[in-house]
Amino acid sequence: MSELTLAKPSMTPTAPDDSSPRSAERPCPPAWRVEVFRREEVDDPDGVEALAALAEIGVDGVRAARLGRGYLLPAELDRAQVARIVEELLADPVVDRARVTEPGARPDVPPGRARILVARKPGVMDPVALTVARAIARAGLAATGSTHGATPHVQSFRAWELEGDASRAELERCGRRVFANEVIDELHVDDEGLAWSPAAEPSRRADDAVAVPLRDADDARLEQLSREGELSLSLEEMRAIQAHFAELGREPTLVELETLAQTWSEHCKHKTFAGTIDMDGERIDNLFRETIQRATRELDRDWCVSVFHDNAGIVEFDRGTCLAFKVETHNHPSAIDPYGGAGTGIGGVIRDILGVGLGARPIANTDAFFVGPPDLPEDEVPRGAMHPRRILRGVVAGVRDYGNRMGIPTVNGGVWFDRGYTGNPLVYAGTLGILPRDCAEKAVAPGDVVVVVGGRTGRDGIHGATFSSVELHEESETVSSAAVQIGDPITEKRVLDALLVARDRRLYRGITDCGAGGLSSAVGEMGEDCGAEVDLERVPLKYPGLTAAEIWISEAQERMVLAVPPDDLEALLAVFVAEDVEATAIGRFTDTGRLVLRYDGAVVGDLDMRFLHDGTPRPVRTATWTAPATSDPGVPACDDVPATLLALLADPEVASKEWIVRQYDHEVQGAAVVHPLVGPRGDGPGNGSVLQPVAGSRRGAALACGANPRYGALDPEGMAMAVLDEALRNAVCVGGDPRRTAVLDNFSWGNCRRPEQLGALVLAARGCRDAALAYGTPFISGKDSLNNEYRVGDRTLSIPPTLLISALSIVPDVAHAVTMDLKEAGNLLYLVGATRAELGGSLYLRLAGVEGGRAPRPDLERAPALLAAVHGAIAAGLVRAAHDLSEGGLAVAAAEMAFAGELGAVLDLGRVPVEDPPGDDGGAPVDPTALRLFSESCTRFLLEVEPQHAPALERRIQGLPCAAVGHVTAEPRLGLRGPAGEVVADLAGADLRAAHAGPFATAERGRSAS
Amino acid sequence: MIAGRPRTLVLRTAGTNCDRETVLALEQAGSEVDVLHLHRLLEDPDRLARYAALVVPGGFSYGDDVAAGRVFGLELRHHLLAPLRAFVDRGGVVLGVCNGFQVLVDTGLLDGTADAPRRERGYALHANASNRFECRWVTLRAEECACPWLEPGDVLPMPAAHGEGRFLVRDTAVLERLRANGQIALRYVSSGAPDAPAEYPDNPNGSVDGIAGLCDPTGRVLGLMPHPERNVSPFHHPLWTRQPRRSEGEGLRFYRRMIEFAARSA
Repeated sequence: MSELTLAKPSMTPTAPDDSSPRSAERPCPPAWRVEVFRREEVDDPDGVEALAALAEIGVDGVRAARLGRGYLLPAELDRAQVARIVEELLADPVVDRARVTEPGARPDVPPGRARILVARKPGVMDPVALTVARAIARAGLAATGSTHGATPHVQSFRAWELEGDASRAELERCGRRVFANEVIDELHVDDEGLAWSPAAEPSRRADDAVAVPLRDADDARLEQLSREGELSLSLEEMRAIQAHFAELGREPTLVELETLAQTWSEHCKHKTFAGTIDMDGERIDNLFRETIQRATRELDRDWCVSVFHDNAGIVEFDRGTCLAFKVETHNHPSAIDPYGGAGTGIGGVIRDILGVGLGARPIANTDAFFVGPPDLPEDEVPRGAMHPRRILRGVVAGVRDYGNRMGIPTVNGGVWFDRGYTGNPLVYAGTLGILPRDCAEKAVAPGDVVVVVGGRTGRDGIHGATFSSVELHEESETVSSAAVQIGDPITEKRVLDALLVARDRRLYRGITDCGAGGLSSAVGEMGEDCGAEVDLERVPLKYPGLTAAEIWISEAQERMVLAVPPDDLEALLAVFVAEDVEATAIGRFTDTGRLVLRYDGAVVGDLDMRFLHDGTPRPVRTATWTAPATSDPGVPACDDVPATLLALLADPEVASKEWIVRQYDHEVQGAAVVHPLVGPRGDGPGNGSVLQPVAGSRRGAALACGANPRYGALDPEGMAMAVLDEALRNAVCVGGDPRRTAVLDNFSWGNCRRPEQLGALVLAARGCRDAALAYGTPFISGKDSLNNEYRVGDRTLSIPPTLLISALSIVPDVAHAVTMDLKEAGNLLYLVGATRAELGGSLYLRLAGVEGGRAPRPDLERAPALLAAVHGAIAAGLVRAAHDLSEGGLAVAAAEMAFAGELGAVLDLGRVPVEDPPGDDGGAPVDPTALRLFSESCTRFLLEVEPQHAPALERRIQGLPCAAVGHVTAEPRLGLRGPAGEVVADLAGADLRAAHAGPFATAERGRSAS
Repeated sequence: MIAGRPRTLVLRTAGTNCDRETVLALEQAGSEVDVLHLHRLLEDPDRLARYAALVVPGGFSYGDDVAAGRVFGLELRHHLLAPLRAFVDRGGVVLGVCNGFQVLVDTGLLDGTADAPRRERGYALHANASNRFECRWVTLRAEECACPWLEPGDVLPMPAAHGEGRFLVRDTAVLERLRANGQIALRYVSSGAPDAPAEYPDNPNGSVDGIAGLCDPTGRVLGLMPHPERNVSPFHHPLWTRQPRRSEGEGLRFYRRMIEFAARSA
């Protein structure tokens, strides 16, 4: 067998032998071409938006742009049929004008227009074309009398027509930077030669059962096989596989090797987190078990129904109902295709919820993005990477289009900006689901049928699990294109609809999603304790010609695997047929303890489940931590408080995210009680969202999150505590009960083979444990994404250590939920919690250009009592508005509450409770005004309280730091008096609001609004 | 007249996603509700006879591929137009919300004239002026119109959530005809002053004449872009924490009136 056998599978089903230069025009496709443009007298919003995007990249030679939605239809259709398809389906009679071009002909383009065509590469999912083909068939639009229902081959593309005097080089740049993503798209600049590829490709090599010779391979050869096969297996792992098969007296097959690589990948196995670590002389046997899991075990809450072992964590909501919550990362796919990567990220976590227990119904999505600065100069974007603005727009659109189409409200999230994310952005997506209590557990019995449901399997997403386990580099976008998947949310929605019917009729007893590692991971996991056999030729394919290994490890989207008792199979298949979802029996679960794979009857893989799941050598990694050597800059004085406050409000991290939130349907399902944006103008940044998941019950569920990469770089352990504190106080602010709160951990880290990176991870995990134990908030699920680095040449850019904590809280009665906008003049403003000189990592110091310092840490002794006291006051109806103090401190919180409520506030900084941080030597100078305004100390709240309720509030918070620091005014101004009584700022609400709108957000909102 | 609680059929297909809250609103409004997949209705169109009202809820039918509501509209036109017309003719009420409105526009059911070809349609729901999907609360005012169950002047806050909701007409003659026929049923108005015409964002999509909802000349077929079923509970309104406790959302009144009329009409 040659080395080529292990080469990367090609994305393109047709051989990519087209080596002609791009300038040589290819022949026009032998297919009817339909391009649907807006009528000239109707505006084209796509064109307006494109012009803005072109201006942003410095192309000013384009005066007008119009988008044509293009379709290729089979040449066999006659002209009348094509005309009917256009009139009935493709064009609107009022707003559209269609241009129809005969097969092989050039389109009749008005003179003076440059054309840029963007088509999906062959083999990339084209959901629009599938919908069009099915609609034509169902409506009989291509009927010839005898072939009513035949589904024609259809392809879609986009045709941009540009007017102006842009040079060819400029047009190429427009195409690459704005209109196409060449990872998945074919770009044609003034070239009408679209590919037309209806024919099925001939079968590929039938080498599935061929053995891969390992026995005599030396270490160098083993490493070479792993690298060239994109297996991402370490030398130790390759040696373990070599030894295992030597014992069996045979060589592994390609499919077996691929199965082991998927199952043992960092993505699936979390080898680092569960591995052995030597940390500065101390041996940690299993970091995960000793930190995150230990906190949950020690807390032992009876409302935790299912933790860590299923697709998501499950907690009790009320007596008969549970909630399931999961957050995932989809970092590397989003770096090379932001739209598709984020879309399939959210699609994947939704499937986690569909596959938890016996399946939960998704009721909310969350998202969190970490990207480079929006104003990064173009020449500082690393080679091979996209500008942070393009990445952010793409991931927002990806989450929007997938979540909105699924009918799941996206209700909570955040965006963080740091140069460290420029080459390696982070994309987190979460889903909350609801399920009956008696659906929380699943089982698999020998004899059950293995049924795959949903989308078909193609060559998309090969090696996603192993791809996400290595670092990105400047050529990732070309070498890893096969790892990119395109989502098809309507197929997933069909699966959801059918699945819930089948669940409620108990037609299956086990279920899991096809995520990373595809069928290999799904069937391998479900059959872990018994065994399974699969006939790979039965798996429905998008196009023929996949090898057995490709079928087995493809990460094609929108698929789930069920374990179905044989007696229920017929009924189950009928449920899926009724919803137009493909469901296919592909094998059965056995009691042999083996995973047997066949293709056309021939055995192509036969693995021992024990070796597959427990044969991974546990690596021993070295970790170390040295605190960054920086001198404490203290708290420098602020010479212009108004200007500083306005600058902080405009910081991209603080500034309005309304341009994102409004693109998400955060209202669908009609269960929102507290919305992400609050206040009379809907521009107040809420702390979290509250849902009323069970109609008729006043019990609610709050979702909130916390993260801060700047703290992580200074103090990973303290950062973990601080962001857990932030997630909890956000949840408490909207009415959540901190004692009925479950949390999720999502770590994104750099390369943990570097001891200092791993050391930071150990500290953060310990911080999570200590904080969770102190607050009494168990972790119920989580995920780690390591190896987030970007390599350019010999330089490696690592992300800051990033931990996202997501909180799910019970709100005892939604009628007592609270929003952050000020409600009424004359009310008092209470500051709860102590302010300390710990501004390391604060936005104030970043703005001042000062590095280092002590990052804030919560006081774990006192913080739980503070959270409980504030929750008690809110639940008792004593609080009209509540906001947590985080980025930008008291100044930003007060400003946001004021403009959100269209009211004003006066604060007396002299009354702010201040204390020294523990271990402070008092060495560095601390400016008292800046300290009170901009410190980001944890566990602090600003509460609006009616004067009549002031005594009751003070009683509840007795013994804890708390003071009335000001009051609400009718005039919309924010007045700040310094510790000595002097006026340090007096700002109009309109100016605060305008600053908070932010330059980037304002530009985003204005990009196309007319 | 159908005895007992009037029955409503909520028609869904692949990509429909507002069916649950629509059912809840209809039930609270006093209706018995069945949810049926389009394919089941195609197998037996006579089932329509059992119902006083038919609702096409919101969502992204068939992914809104090609255009919002296009494929669902095509399916209804090709397979169900005659039974639907018969349903309206015998007094049945039809409501399309959001994607359902987009579907109704495509079917021609709002025109009232039998079997006019699609190319003669004079109005459309186009991409929002912002070219974006936008989710925000808006205020609607019910107009003097053919729809017998809307109360003229009634002010109805509710969320809009769509990317293709801009009502456009081919020419002013079409607009004149719609006005003359009493087909302009609901308009976006300024949230602070219900008598003032709405500018963006009160008119969230740039609809001509602020048109948010349209009925057919009989008034028994109504479509609107915003979502009355998302303003039913006392806690739906985004400013409920600033107001005295509400007993229900204004959207419930909308559905209640519709069901009461359907009970008399069908």
